Amino acid sequence: MELKTFPMGGIHLDKHKITSDKPIKEAGLPEIVYIPIKQHIGAPSKIKVQKGDKVKVGTLLADADGIVSADVHSSVSGEVIKIDDIVDADAYLSTMVVIKVEGDEFEPTIDQSHEIKKEITLSAEEIVKKIRESGIVGMGGAGYPTPIKATIPEGKRVNTLIVNGIECEAFLTADDRLMVERAEEIVIGAKILNKALGIQNAIIAIDENKPRAIEIMKKITRKYVGVNVRVCESKYPQGAEKQLIKAITGREVPSGKLPIDVHCIVQNVGTVHAIYEAVQKNKPLFERIITVTGDNAAENPQNFRARIGTPASFLIKQVNTHPENIGKVIFGGGMMGVSAVNMDAPVTKLTSGILLLNDEDATKPPETACIRCARCADSCPMGLRPFAIATAIRNHDNKELKQLHIMDCIECGTCSFICPARIPLLDYCKLGKMEIRKQKK
Amino acid sequence: MLKLSTAPHLNTPTTTKGIMLDVIIALMPALIVGLLVFGMGALQVVITSVAGCVLFEYIICRYFLKSNPTTGDLSAIVTGLLLAFNLPSGFPISLTLIGCFVAIVIAKMAFGGIGKNIFNPALVGRVFLFISFPVQMTTWPKPQAFNFMNTDMETGATTLGILKHLKTNDFAQIPELPSYLNMFIGNIGGCIGEVSALAILLGFVYMLYRRIISWHIPVYYVATFMLLCSIHWLLTGEIRHEPLIHLLSGGLMLGAVFMATDYTTSPMSKNGRIAYAIGCGILTYVIRFYGIYPEGVSFAILIMNAFVPLIDSTFIPRVFGTRRK
Amino acid sequence: MDIITSSIVMLGSIALASGVVLYFVSKKFYVKEDAKISEVEKLLPGVNCGACGKAGCHDFAKACSKTDAEGFKQLYCTVGGNKVMQKVAEALGYRQEEKEETVAVLRCQGTCQNAPSKFEYTGLKSCRLVAQISTSQSECPYGCVRLGDCVSVCKFGALKIDKELGIPVVDENKCVSCGACVEICPKKLFEIRPKGKDGKRVYVACRNQQKGAIARKNCSAACIGCMKCTKINPEIKVENNLSYIPTSVDAETYGQELADNCPTGAIVYTGRKEKKHGA
Repeated sequence: MELKTFPMGGIHLDKHKITSDKPIKEAGLPEIVYIPIKQHIGAPSKIKVQKGDKVKVGTLLADADGIVSADVHSSVSGEVIKIDDIVDADAYLSTMVVIKVEGDEFEPTIDQSHEIKKEITLSAEEIVKKIRESGIVGMGGAGYPTPIKATIPEGKRVNTLIVNGIECEAFLTADDRLMVERAEEIVIGAKILNKALGIQNAIIAIDENKPRAIEIMKKITRKYVGVNVRVCESKYPQGAEKQLIKAITGREVPSGKLPIDVHCIVQNVGTVHAIYEAVQKNKPLFERIITVTGDNAAENPQNFRARIGTPASFLIKQVNTHPENIGKVIFGGGMMGVSAVNMDAPVTKLTSGILLLNDEDATKPPETACIRCARCADSCPMGLRPFAIATAIRNHDNKELKQLHIMDCIECGTCSFICPARIPLLDYCKLGKMEIRKQKK
Repeated sequence: MLKLSTAPHLNTPTTTKGIMLDVIIALMPALIVGLLVFGMGALQVVITSVAGCVLFEYIICRYFLKSNPTTGDLSAIVTGLLLAFNLPSGFPISLTLIGCFVAIVIAKMAFGGIGKNIFNPALVGRVFLFISFPVQMTTWPKPQAFNFMNTDMETGATTLGILKHLKTNDFAQIPELPSYLNMFIGNIGGCIGEVSALAILLGFVYMLYRRIISWHIPVYYVATFMLLCSIHWLLTGEIRHEPLIHLLSGGLMLGAVFMATDYTTSPMSKNGRIAYAIGCGILTYVIRFYGIYPEGVSFAILIMNAFVPLIDSTFIPRVFGTRRK
Repeated sequence: MDIITSSIVMLGSIALASGVVLYFVSKKFYVKEDAKISEVEKLLPGVNCGACGKAGCHDFAKACSKTDAEGFKQLYCTVGGNKVMQKVAEALGYRQEEKEETVAVLRCQGTCQNAPSKFEYTGLKSCRLVAQISTSQSECPYGCVRLGDCVSVCKFGALKIDKELGIPVVDENKCVSCGACVEICPKKLFEIRPKGKDGKRVYVACRNQQKGAIARKNCSAACIGCMKCTKINPEIKVENNLSYIPTSVDAETYGQELADNCPTGAIVYTGRKEKKHGA
């Protein structure tokens, strides 16, 4: 079968997927969890508990404030010992509910059995309500509340649901393992979303470098009408929404528009799995798969199933026994992950991985002169010219800057990665975006 | 203390130095053939040229710009090799050093160093020498394969030189014209690096394999030239316009593969590169067929270098999600 | 002889023809502009900094000449200051009210000594980028990032990063209070304040809103919201654990006392007499 891919740019990342053979491991329970009440895009949720309250796994901690917001649930059972502004991974203060763990008692409504429930009994409205009550957000990293994406806005039409199983980001294997171990749940989740959206088909997109996931998914989708697997080329950033839609459907999301404008909805496999658990098992989103990895700083990289709010250091300790080796801690993958300054910060619904780099890998090489090799422009998946953006920023040339389509940049980092002169081109693009936003004001 | 930096946290292993090293490796076959064909005379030019270029760059950085010397990125070695490739064997050392000075100090460092020069430094050096010292620059030692120690400077004309002043239209009457095979493997007179089409092709394949360059510029350049040349030949039927001889002898291959593809002095979009290559092809044809010089590659590339900024601002790639204007 | 005559005739006629063409073109495309505009523009500094809120000096000159006496009061060139504005007013026949000279002040003392770095940053030196992925260089979430975006944006060379302190220092003789640093600082640490009599001004050099103990732990020169300053002058208000001295507080009268009584040295008085160790 031919491999699908997007036409412009892209890079082939070296093999960093060192944990793709590691089965998902239970991370265990830390003594204290810190649950941020804002783990999504939009308004912070309203806190519903008080200091001293006893909570169980799945107890509602904070209520969504408006449409663009999400519920937050407790991931452990125990006592709320503090609700305060606590230093987050980026050192900014963020309101968190601190819970001291006692035992592991679930809310009685949660179905803890392992059997797969295939029949979808709820109606479309009930499904969306369930997704909302379970606090599901886009788990690929965007954190956009899922209920909004599960309902079609007025005047729009959707005919394709794409389940994004393309984990093109370096090092991460969380989605890969989830597809291998929970394939059927994901397919049922896709059918649930189909019902909510009122369409009949779903495409599960997987990239070439996950042969086991492809095999298992293909076997299972044979039993479900309307759900198909499409294999894509292993190319970064194949998993970016616009690039994926182009690869699968051939449609190009116009500049400044959303996937829904080309009648597509893209959901990450993790999100789809969470939807299955919410709708069929009544289980709110309180845990997720996290790849804790690193080729030089982690001796024992793993895929963990961890409770939301677990301090990152709790997971790091399980893969690294020499903390002095750690030069940089990254929440996310090597290309788009965010470098963290606080190792004790909790993992959230959006943390797909924690990447550890040693001191040497952590240092950015010095910038040298551009040799005009044009690799940045040739590999930009959006067809931008990062070298021109960098020049315009350095020269404070705002007139030129406006013509370079900077707002179309998806910040995938390909340009910075590929540059032989090690120019931080993505940084210049980000500065360019700030400049454009400032002028619009 | 944790380190902090913006995304991405990974880099490709390819660096500027690595690219330059690959270019040097790609130049090796042509260098070896040049040394085999021309012997000690060629070696002397190559060593002088490379050493001169590196030295001038180091001096300029260290004592005039007071900055860290950029000689570590190996680009001066590439310039030195390419300059030597464009000189005849046995070229005087003092004049070679003048060429190095013009190439590095005037064409490269005066414009701001690596990545900022408008014209290809090696070509500027060559053209400067060509115009200033025409006698020395057209004293072509005859090929003397595997006879290294031969210092007897027997000279002859290059193939294109023979063609330029051809009076007859009969192959039999021009015995000094080398065979196609000799032209292909390089047993002919000419500049050190340009004689062997085979060696240059090897370098081209290596650079393609290492993804240093794309095939567009060399292929479009040569194809354009060959097309125009063939039409001219078919219309006139003269031997001196025979396209294969024009392809295999002279600097066309060297120019198309190593000179026109120089990153800094070529356009940055795919369509731009194609336009640039076609321009080079047309200009080479015009200079070779209507100009007074038998060679036209250096001038063609330098003229097109001047058009690069214009090409760059004309051929802008389409942005994803927008229509082409 | 023939050659000389013919060349003279040729060149002469070319020159004549070009002259005629140029004359008509310049007539045809002449842009009529108020003479006042160019007159005013000549008086302006011509740095096109945009501090006046206009696109550049030409734009400002246009605005000056178009407006009436009332509107003119709203226009002020901070770079040229009163001197220039006086001349502009004269040229246009308006009256210019004397405005107080201002200067940018940095409301942070998060130096390398007061607030040690909490991470080692490698990459493009830009405060705005670092502010996206973390807070500041030190543990203080409100403090200076110490990478000098303000220095690079200052067109007048009035700012430079002090090598020892790590934070930018304002050269008040060069600062024209154009406000570029105020705009660009991701931590909003700069404020344009009146220069004060003889350059004496008093302000709280801190933006930290954390509780006293935490603020003090993060930076030894932080405002801890102890309220002492409010007792010296009731106009000073403490909000969110952070004191702010309004410009109405007279620096000469209260400055020395305020600075001496501030337990952390967060209050800076530029005319302070060195008692023990200067701030």
